[in-house]
Amino acid sequence: MKNKVKYVAAAFGSVAIMTVSTSAMSVVRSYIDVVGSSTVYPFATVVAETYGKKTRRKTPKIESTGSGGGMKLFCSGRGINTPDITNASRRIKYSEFKKCQKNGVKDIVEVKIGYDGIAIANSKQAPVFDLTRRSLFLALAKQVPSGNKGVLIDNPYLNWNDINSKLPNTRIEVLGPPPTSGTRDAFAELALEGGCKTFDWIKQLRTKAKQLKKAGDKIGAARLKNRYKNICHSVREDGAYIEAGENDNLIVAKLVANPKALGIFGFSFLEQNSDKVQGAIIDGVKVNFDAISYGSYPVSRPLYFYVKKSHVGKVPGIKAFIAEFTSEDAWGKEGYLTDKGLIPLSDKERYKVWKSANNLTPLELKSE
Amino acid sequence: MQKSAMINNEIIRKRLAKRYAKERRFRLYGVASITISIAFLLTLLVNISLNGLPAFQQTYINLEVNLDEDILGVTSSSNDKEFLQGNYSKAIKSSLKTLFPNVKGRKNNKALKQLVSSSATYQIRDFVMDNPNMIGTTQSFWFLAKDDIDVFIKGGIDRSLPETDRRIKDLQLIWIDQLLFDQRLEKRFNFTFFTQSDSREPEQAGIKGAVVGSLLVMLVTMLLSFPIGVLAAVYLEEFAPQNNKWVDMIEININNLAAVPSIVFGLLGLAVFIGLFGVPRSVPLVGGLVLTLMTLPTIIITTRAALKAVPYSIREAALALGASRVQMAFHHVVPAAMPGILTGTIIGMAQALGETAPLLMIGMVAFVANVPQGIADPSTVLPVQIYLWSDSPERAFIERTYAAIMVLIGFLVMMNFIAVIMRRIFEKKF
Repeated sequence: MKNKVKYVAAAFGSVAIMTVSTSAMSVVRSYIDVVGSSTVYPFATVVAETYGKKTRRKTPKIESTGSGGGMKLFCSGRGINTPDITNASRRIKYSEFKKCQKNGVKDIVEVKIGYDGIAIANSKQAPVFDLTRRSLFLALAKQVPSGNKGVLIDNPYLNWNDINSKLPNTRIEVLGPPPTSGTRDAFAELALEGGCKTFDWIKQLRTKAKQLKKAGDKIGAARLKNRYKNICHSVREDGAYIEAGENDNLIVAKLVANPKALGIFGFSFLEQNSDKVQGAIIDGVKVNFDAISYGSYPVSRPLYFYVKKSHVGKVPGIKAFIAEFTSEDAWGKEGYLTDKGLIPLSDKERYKVWKSANNLTPLELKSE
Repeated sequence: MQKSAMINNEIIRKRLAKRYAKERRFRLYGVASITISIAFLLTLLVNISLNGLPAFQQTYINLEVNLDEDILGVTSSSNDKEFLQGNYSKAIKSSLKTLFPNVKGRKNNKALKQLVSSSATYQIRDFVMDNPNMIGTTQSFWFLAKDDIDVFIKGGIDRSLPETDRRIKDLQLIWIDQLLFDQRLEKRFNFTFFTQSDSREPEQAGIKGAVVGSLLVMLVTMLLSFPIGVLAAVYLEEFAPQNNKWVDMIEININNLAAVPSIVFGLLGLAVFIGLFGVPRSVPLVGGLVLTLMTLPTIIITTRAALKAVPYSIREAALALGASRVQMAFHHVVPAAMPGILTGTIIGMAQALGETAPLLMIGMVAFVANVPQGIADPSTVLPVQIYLWSDSPERAFIERTYAAIMVLIGFLVMMNFIAVIMRRIFEKKF
């Protein structure tokens, strides 16, 4: 039995040694550390894998933390323990940029990689939905404008044809991501706000807010802006909008089971499941690759990644990784990223971004 | 007198009948609940197996590739750097072109190239680098088929649908039919699934990285939680002063810790191990440390229960024969309690093996394409791999998700089986 005690002591010792040796190892890192948006994740991972296979170097590690979470980690400091790159499904905010600067992350390189479309789709067994952003807003907002200017009432619409008599006579039932999801933010901003703005008096709230801000009334401006955001971004909670979790595959499966429902998810999932679900027509435009690329499909957003310039040279391969991401093979019109559902930038924009990315031109942001 | 006895008998008989009926009912409930749980379990297992089994097969395509110097752009005397830059996809393109010479147009040519997986390029590169003397010859290769082709061959795509609704277009159907006719298309056992790590191309994706990551995390967890947990339990049970309010408080806290949601341990790990001690994110070391926190209470509680079950006479006998208290504990009580201790440890480890929530906080939910070489390499674990695949758009990942679940369940069953065997081996009768 004495052996057992010795074994326990040995185990303790070995773990202690391992801990010490790894903390020594953390001073250098041989792989690129990427964090950020779950929307960019499927694209960044393909590039990382190709980069690893092509160069036979270690494949970058990519964490899916969400755009905001990624920024927080990225901006937490300059140390080698912080990530080298963060992905984002929206542009870096001024407040985040400021925080980065404060924590010593001075030079950030911005790379816009393309667009992502958000599909509003239903089962193939049902007819195609022909919607406008205005009717989407009326169907899903928590409160909608009543006849009088400035008056809001709780959303009274139960069926689609209550909003517009041309829409089908079925209950409003929309499956979509929860508030923690970037897709939900983008949907609220692009689709709901887009429809919301078609009401003149709501649109005026924002113009007034801007005027107040110029005049120096910051509190008044913020109040109006908040009211505008509240009206446009609040989603109803009476069961018409069903939070179906972050998993887009699940939403597709639920749409197949329930042909009357609509679902909201990333364009790449629509492409992969084109035999089961179909995209709705929004403002007269059917969602497809070209429509998003030309910018005529209204519910699409740009995708970015941000590079910490101070890590270039300290962590091997960052420049080569950027070069792979911005190569025509990857993000070009026929590149492998388009196979995964990324909508490429125009030739001109691609060239511009390519130049600034490969020269590591740091980003300059002025206050909003 | 007699009459009242008869009435009594009557009442007793009725009561008896009632009691028997009650007992029968209870048994029925028991059988019913067991049947229901078995039915649930069976549906679950059958569902997982049906969905996962196709993943153990993979479609391969046979091509004759001309390893011509001019096509590849490398010669037998090229150095490594030149080899890495060779144009291997061109060799595949020209090989496909000889099979289907009538394909015209950029779009169709791209579709043709996408019959085989992108790994084909690297397969040729590695072959050429290992056998530079083969440059100039024509070799026969079996390449992985692209995921869509694989799904189609396994019956996941209905060819009777209109062309626009299919991931496989009419032209591709013609190619596939010809390849099948030429016996250049074959389903084989999917070794890739066990020998490769995560990939964004379903046909190249495997679980090796996740399995190795899980094993490394488990190793760290076991080396830390077993000795700490057992020593803590032995001290609390055999040496700590009785009826001491400090000891009582520690005991209550350990019991509470066992019920703390696991994500809380992840947050704690993030703050302490990563924030304070600077352990890198996403490595098995930090994963093991966090899971140690989670399993410690389980191990301490089960070990204490096992120690309590050892008859007091054993302790008294040891002490009476002049053993010190340490000798008493480690020579007699702990070995006698070993079956219980090991069972508890293994159950705690099995719990840790299936855990994802705390690992989310410390960055182990990540894309890692390399197999981790040690506890300081970035890695992920099996349940996380399942989660990541289930969230991927490519349809071929669905079957791989289920297959990975089957592997995880296999590991859990194995661990429980080991627990049973351990109990048998160490069991002692008093």
